[in-house]
Amino acid sequence: MKPNNVILQTVTQVAVFIIFTFSIYLFMNGHHNPGGGFIGGLSTAAAIVLLYLSFGIEKVRENIRIDYKKLAAVGVFIAVGTGLAGVIFGQPFLTQIFGHVQLPIFGDTELASALVFDTGVALAVIGTAVNIILSICEDR
Amino acid sequence: MNNLLIAPVVIPLLTGMALIILQKNIRLQRALSLIALCVTAIIAVMLINRISHGGIQTLQLGGWEAPFGISFVGDMFSALLLLATSIVAIGCVIFAFSSTERRQEKLYFYPLFLFLITGVNGSFLTGDLFNLYVFFEVFLVASYVMITLGGTQKQLRESLKYIFTNIISSAFFLMGVAYLYSITGTLNLAHLSMRIAEVGQDGLITTVALLFLIVFALKAGLLLFFWLPGSYSVPPTAVSAIFAALLTKVGIYAIFRMFTLIFYHEPQVTHLVIGILAAATMILGGLGAIGFWDLRNILTYNVIISVGFIMLGFVSMTTNGMMGSIYYLLHDMIIKALVFLIGGTIIHLTGTSRLKEIGGLIRLQPWLGWMFLIAALSMVGIPPLSGFLGKVFITRGAFESGYFWLGAIGLVASLCILYSMIKLFMNAFWGDTMLNEEELKGNAKGLLFPIAFLTCASLVLGIGAEGIAGYVTQAANELLNPNLYIQAVFK
Repeated sequence: MKPNNVILQTVTQVAVFIIFTFSIYLFMNGHHNPGGGFIGGLSTAAAIVLLYLSFGIEKVRENIRIDYKKLAAVGVFIAVGTGLAGVIFGQPFLTQIFGHVQLPIFGDTELASALVFDTGVALAVIGTAVNIILSICEDR
Repeated sequence: MNNLLIAPVVIPLLTGMALIILQKNIRLQRALSLIALCVTAIIAVMLINRISHGGIQTLQLGGWEAPFGISFVGDMFSALLLLATSIVAIGCVIFAFSSTERRQEKLYFYPLFLFLITGVNGSFLTGDLFNLYVFFEVFLVASYVMITLGGTQKQLRESLKYIFTNIISSAFFLMGVAYLYSITGTLNLAHLSMRIAEVGQDGLITTVALLFLIVFALKAGLLLFFWLPGSYSVPPTAVSAIFAALLTKVGIYAIFRMFTLIFYHEPQVTHLVIGILAAATMILGGLGAIGFWDLRNILTYNVIISVGFIMLGFVSMTTNGMMGSIYYLLHDMIIKALVFLIGGTIIHLTGTSRLKEIGGLIRLQPWLGWMFLIAALSMVGIPPLSGFLGKVFITRGAFESGYFWLGAIGLVASLCILYSMIKLFMNAFWGDTMLNEEELKGNAKGLLFPIAFLTCASLVLGIGAEGIAGYVTQAANELLNPNLYIQAVFK
């Protein structure tokens, strides 16, 4: 008998967007306040896992065609790559820089190279976390 | 500031990540991992060169100054170990090319291998206690996966023990870190050393030191080696060789670092305990090596004896003893990888590890036999092979510092090594030929080259011992003078 998932699926459709939004907030918040790439990535992974739980692995895989192992690898590449950027300019490994830019809508915005590093961390965390859950639930 | 210090960590890490993306192409994976390890070896040589001229090199990550940020510190001891690690890794990875099954190679063998090297290199270089914990975890997690590669029942059983033991010891490690942080308020190794020297090493700190000793003794197989014989004999040959060569040595390195840089004020307690542990390790390891008639068991018990022997030189805390330990550590990394590779090749050829069922292999594989004899003799310490100088200096150090009983046990342990290795040689290579050419289960094609490579490395280390004597002396002096380390970090 097919289990009835109507309530879970309906709630998920809304909840996933809330979680995604919140994880982006956490991610952007990270430089000066609690948050950052790790926790942002982890909450994104939670949303993706929720999708897998309510819609099934096959269906989500059709729609999100990402190899999470490779995603994690790319994430580490980005994170370590920003660390190496400092080396090219003769600074210690992992040196970060920041500057203020006038953007059309946001006005005076602080842009930091730590953001790129955090993106790498977030991708690595999403890739690893989802991959762990998937490999556990696929195992028979 | 010297950015070269981060390269031995970043190069294998990034290559490993690239190999995850290039999972399908085995040839490219092999080539890239070999290139990465060679580049790491070259960087290790450059580091040795730089350190011998300019003293201890440091790098403050992200430009955050010493007690606040994470420091990377390269002294001569870590640089020498880095070079030995790279040489061993090159040998084992070449061996893996022709011995690992295609299916396992596709299951991320090479990325895991490189992550293991990342963790080991990072542990040698980091100057921060918590960072040391992280790098320990990096190579342990890689080793958890590598020990189960193949997924036979025996492997899964042993890996379970291995994982439990290591998780427990990691938990103790973390507790020790927490204690130390709450007592001293810092985790930077140089800063820790300074603070403990200022307030004195009281009973509480000595207790924490003993907690760390338990942790690292578990990892190094110093007395607490109950997990070692099982878990080192089940994985594929290339993996067990790299385990035997590197993993216990990182534990030994950590004991050296912690007990020369931080907890060196109460040697009558801590170092005596290490001495007793080392003596018990050598005796039990010697009994194991003599008693067993299984090739794998003999080799793993030889790993255990050498752990005790290396700590013996350390306990003396004299320049001679330290030099001996460093010589023997370098020799042991190469030679353990070598004998494990040879042992694995014998098992591959004959299909059994029971000594009584093997015999006369030297007629079929003369090169393998003679290289094994060289390895066996240098383990025993016959001059001019590589184990000789280490043994001389360790024994001299032990006698100089008045640990006569320890020195004596060390010499008896050498006899155990001699007996067990000659037993192995006589039974496996001499005697009546039990198998003829057709009955061999596999061929040694491609397996002999890495074995020859490591034999040459061991011979060079033995005959060229004079050439590296200057570096080893410098390493020993840096270990015995913690101020050099502190000054380098806080300059």
